[in-house]
Parts: sequence; structure tokens; C-alpha cells
Amino acid sequence: MSDDLGEKLQALSCPVPVADYPNILLGHGGGGRLSQMLVERMFAASFDNAALSEMHDGAVLAVPAGRLAFSTDSYVVRPYFFPGGDIGSLAVHGTVNDLAMCGARPLALSSALILEEGLPMEDLWRITRSMADAARNAGVPIVTGDTKVVGRGKGDGIFVNVTGVGLVAEGVEISPRRAKPGDVILVSGAIAQHGVAIMALREGLEFGTTVTTDSAPLNGMVASLLAALGADVHVLRDPTRGGVASVLNEIAKAAGTGVTISEAAIPVAEEVRGACEILGLDPLYVANEGKLLAFVARERADEALSILRADRFGAEAAIVGEVTAEHPGKVVLKSRVGGRRIVDLLTGDQLPRIC
Amino acid sequence: MKFVDEYRNEESVRKVADSIRALVTLPWTLMEICGGQTHTLIKYGLDRMLPDLVTLVHGPGCPVCVTPLELIDRAVAIARRPDVTFMSFGDMLRVPGSELDLLSVKARGGDVRMVYSPLDAVKLAEKEPARQVVFFAVGFETTAPAIAGALLTAERLGLANFSVLVSHVLVPPAMEAILSSPACLVKGFLAAGHVCTVMGTHEYDPIAAKYRIPIVVTGFEPLDLMVGIRMTLAALEEGRHGVEIQYSRCVSPGGNVPAQKLLAEVFAPCDRPWRGIGVIPKSGYALTPRFERFDAAKRFDVETVTAEEPKVCIAGSILQGLAKPRDCAAFGKECTPEKPLGAPMVSTEGACAAYYSYGRE
Repeated sequence: MSDDLGEKLQALSCPVPVADYPNILLGHGGGGRLSQMLVERMFAASFDNAALSEMHDGAVLAVPAGRLAFSTDSYVVRPYFFPGGDIGSLAVHGTVNDLAMCGARPLALSSALILEEGLPMEDLWRITRSMADAARNAGVPIVTGDTKVVGRGKGDGIFVNVTGVGLVAEGVEISPRRAKPGDVILVSGAIAQHGVAIMALREGLEFGTTVTTDSAPLNGMVASLLAALGADVHVLRDPTRGGVASVLNEIAKAAGTGVTISEAAIPVAEEVRGACEILGLDPLYVANEGKLLAFVARERADEALSILRADRFGAEAAIVGEVTAEHPGKVVLKSRVGGRRIVDLLTGDQLPRIC
Repeated sequence: MKFVDEYRNEESVRKVADSIRALVTLPWTLMEICGGQTHTLIKYGLDRMLPDLVTLVHGPGCPVCVTPLELIDRAVAIARRPDVTFMSFGDMLRVPGSELDLLSVKARGGDVRMVYSPLDAVKLAEKEPARQVVFFAVGFETTAPAIAGALLTAERLGLANFSVLVSHVLVPPAMEAILSSPACLVKGFLAAGHVCTVMGTHEYDPIAAKYRIPIVVTGFEPLDLMVGIRMTLAALEEGRHGVEIQYSRCVSPGGNVPAQKLLAEVFAPCDRPWRGIGVIPKSGYALTPRFERFDAAKRFDVETVTAEEPKVCIAGSILQGLAKPRDCAAFGKECTPEKPLGAPMVSTEGACAAYYSYGRE
């Protein structure tokens, strides 16, 4: 879609006549006229691209020989609008990032929506527009999709699945098993923002400033990093659910190495730390949606840091730790007061303490 | 972050650790009362900065840990009723009852919700008069005033569909129970800062005098704990006893008087069983006659069958400072946070969970 058309579309109000259909009906997923109207006026117009405009059951993409990365993720978040984003942009960024973490250049996405009967049409329009914007911003088209409607009370307004494919360039080899002693670990910015934004909203907590989600596409950052460092980038991961702590544990176990991180080096925004203190949460376990962890060869660490910092989403990037031969499979944190402790996986979600 | 970073400063903590090393000449065993303090000690590795002469044992101050199994079973049975919305603080939800925990009740269709404030439960009861809204009132003196406030609000609003399942416990009687045991090893206490923010310190004076023991009211940040430990050790080395306040930025000897008045209106002390320890006289709160109609235990006539506690679990000894988590044969083997045998492994404030999650195997 040209930027020009995108702007025009943004200016338009919901293209499905809200006066006629202020809410999603079961029929919008039934395959008849209502379905068609939704697909044509809302999705095809918003996601506009050559592959999609074929209006076929699937998209046909021309790809060069090589390795294909393939990733899928379903998004359920309540509320579906939150400070700094919504379920639509979150879904696009999430899958774009999952592909990027495979070392791939994302090529195309699909969008599958499960709508709950009664969902306000205006909300769906906002979410669709947000998906289109996010896709354009990341430079990855949404080339195919699907819509189903479930009865009232059977869904949480809207569930979004975004699946994507991407190409992995020659020489790029990203895998948790490639973490090796001596590797330096970087984080691309301040952590725990997304999880805190959602929780503060759910709990009705207000702070001096509103914490917004960090949801962002990281494919540009990864492309720059891989272009410069190539095979010296060993592991890439976006610490979403479970946060930095869970991802580091998974990598340490997969690689059979130890990981040591320094609490003081990990960037956490002041308001996020404050919220975590109040809510009784550890920022290390809180979700991020626009951050990555990179494990790189020690001698390339400074270069990697400047590349991350030069990116529009990486200004606060930092070196936070290293891979060790000691304590294999375990993550050790050097605390602010000088003690050392194990950072383990949580059993389930973090539950706030009583007092 | 202001008012936090100062208390987590490596340099300051190390200086206090050094001065403790210079101070101690004899072996001493100290107990921190509160699970939040245990958590900080282990999380920051503070116990490892102390000289070998000093032993820290962990007290019973984890409200989740000492809630009797029978009461959790009762909570589960009430929460399973289709007419009930059951609300609780977060870490109570995963504590296993004889058959189920509250999160499993939710998974099976029960309306179980986590809240930060009991007032949210009152609000819900007001909004949905057709639902029975039950709040699981767990905690020490710290959280009790919020429950009392919620009950007074419910009374003012005339809510017939709001009730609380009371499981409040009190610190001073538990300290007495520990001190009066012939096996007691504790020579000094770090009292729980936030409990004393509400209650003040006067009720600790007779305990300090009777058992000739130093009691230092201590905060929860690393520096708070190190300074509290130093104050307790200094008193012991100098042969002094009595109550001192380390956490003076929050605690005054008189405490929070309006909160105490609320408590006196709503609650009266009663004998109460502590999980793993047994009944301690006058160590819990029951609703006063004026508020009895809000008692969920009386409102809902549910049948529960409570299983026996696993024999291998030594939670009771751990909660009384007679043993440490790693003294337990099941620790980290049959008993882990995924499959806890005793409550100190469930709650994040529990001593066993703190040892396990921070790698003290």
C-alpha cells in the first residue's frame, strides 16, 4: 500500500456502515454477504497488497532458494486497547519479531481473527487499521487471512492469530544452542514495560506518568545487527511472556551453559520499577513486546551495542551479562547489594504477595 | 528510584556487614518474623554476608503458610458454589487444599478472582446484588484494617451479599509461643515492620521484658535488615533487652491509632490454629457480634473433608525456627513449588520457596 493511500484510509471512518451494523453479528463470519463486506471493505482495503487482492484461499509468494522461517502466535489480551497499542499492532509486531529472532527477514503475514458476536464495529476498525499501520511500519505485508465469529460470551471480544514466513540469509545461524561461554548478552532497551502497562490498566493503578507498551517491530534492528556481525550473532530472543528471566533460563538449559547477569546493568524505567514495587512483581519476569536479547561473540559486543543503540527502538540498549562455563543450565544474578542468587523459572504466573 | 535505591546500596550494606563482623564475639541465633524479610534476606544473599557466629532462622510470618488446611478446604468449597464470586489476594490462590486449590476451582468454572483491595470486593457486591461476594481475609495485623474498612463500608451500604472468610493471625502471641517452647533457640527477634506500622510497639514491651530478649522492629529493604540485625546483635553483645525501632521512617511506638480503632470495632482476638504449629491462644481475629452476619464461615454451610498433612513435611518446625528448609528430607525432591507438600513451599514469602527459588539447594 502506498503511504498516500494509507493516509487516506486513516482519515476515513469505519468503512462498514456502522449505522447498519454497529456490532459484529454471527453472520459476519458466515461466508455470505456480511462476511464478504467485512473482508472487502475492511480487511482488503486496509491491508491492500498484490497477493491479498487476488482474493483467493491463500497467498502465492515468489521466494528465492534458501531457508524459510515460519512462525505463528495467537494473541489474547484484555483489555484489547491499552496505552501505546492494541491487540492488532501487538499481534503484527509479535510475529514479525518471532521471525526476526530466527534471524529471518519477515516476508509475509497472515491474519486470522476470531471475533465475539457483539464486538463493536468501530473497535474492529481501529484494530484493523492498527494492524495495517504496524505491518506497513515493519515493511511486511499481510497477504492472507480468515475471520470467524463465535457467539456472545464465547470469546473475549477478539482473538488474533498472526502467522508469518521469512527468509534466513546465507551464513546466519541463530539458535539457543549456539550460546557459548564468553558470549556477551545485550538487551535492546528498558524491560518490563508491556506487562506493567497492561497490569496497571487492569488494576486501575495510576502513576505520575502513564506506562505505555513497548510493542514495536524489531526486524530492522535485527537486520542491521546481522548485516554487520553475521555469524557472530549466536542467539536472539524476544523476552515476551515470562520476561527476561524465563528466556535466559530456556537458553541456559538449551545450550548447557551458565548465564550471569548484573541487576544494576539491566535498564528498567523509573515508573516501571515503581509499579513493580507496588504490585509486588519482579521486572525480570514481566513481559516485553518490543525488546530483544542478543548473545554475541565477546569481541563484537561493543559494535553490537552501538548498532542496537542506533536503531529507533534501541536507544537504551545495554550489556547486561555473559555466558559462563560455570553453573550450566542456571541463571545467576549479581544483586545490587553484591549478593548472588539463582534466577529460576516461575511455576505459573507471578502472583502478587499479600503484604 | 528514590527511597528504594538508598536502601539497596551495595556500599552501605557492605559497611554494615563489616561493622557486624567487628561486633560479634559469641554465637547468636536471630529470627526474622516476617516472610517478606526472609524473602529479602535470601534474595539479596544477606545471610551469607554475616559472620558464621550468627544464625538466622525464619519465623512464622507468612500468612499463607500458617492458614490451616481446613480453612483452605472451606474456601475451596465456598468458591465452588455457583452463586459465589470468591475474591482473594494473589498468593492464596495456588495454595493446595486437600483436594483442590482456588486456581483449579476457577479452571473448573468457579468464579474466583484476584484483587488488590478488599474494597474492590465490596464494590463488586454493590454492583451485582444477585451474586454472593466472598473475600478471603488472610494476613497479619497489616492487612486487617483494610478488611475492617471493607466491612464497615459493607455495613453502611447494607450489603446482604458480601461476606468474609476470616483467617487473620496476630504476631505477638506467635512470638510468645515460640519463646515459651523449651526447644527455642532464638535469642533476638527482628519484628515485622509493617505489622508495627499499624499496631505500634507497646505490645512487644512485656514480651521483651518477660523473656529478657531484644526485639528490633525492622524494615524490608536490604539495608533495613542489615541495620536491624546489627541493632539486635549489639543489644545481645551488651546484654541489653527491650524493644527498639530500626524502621522508624514508618513505625512509631503508638502505631496507627485510627487503624487500631477500626480493628477494635470489627475484630476480637480468638484462639486459632496455625498450620504446622497448632492452636495458639488469642492469636487470631474473629468478627465481633456486630459483624457476625458478614462471616462467610457461618453464612455458607459447606461440608469439607480435610486430608492429613504429609508426614515427611517439617513445615511446623521450620515456621518455629527449629529447623531450616534444607533440613527437610523432601526439600527440592518430593517438595518443590510445582508440587508443594507444605505451605512454606507455596507462598513466595514462605521460607522453603525462598530457599528453593533463589537456589539454596
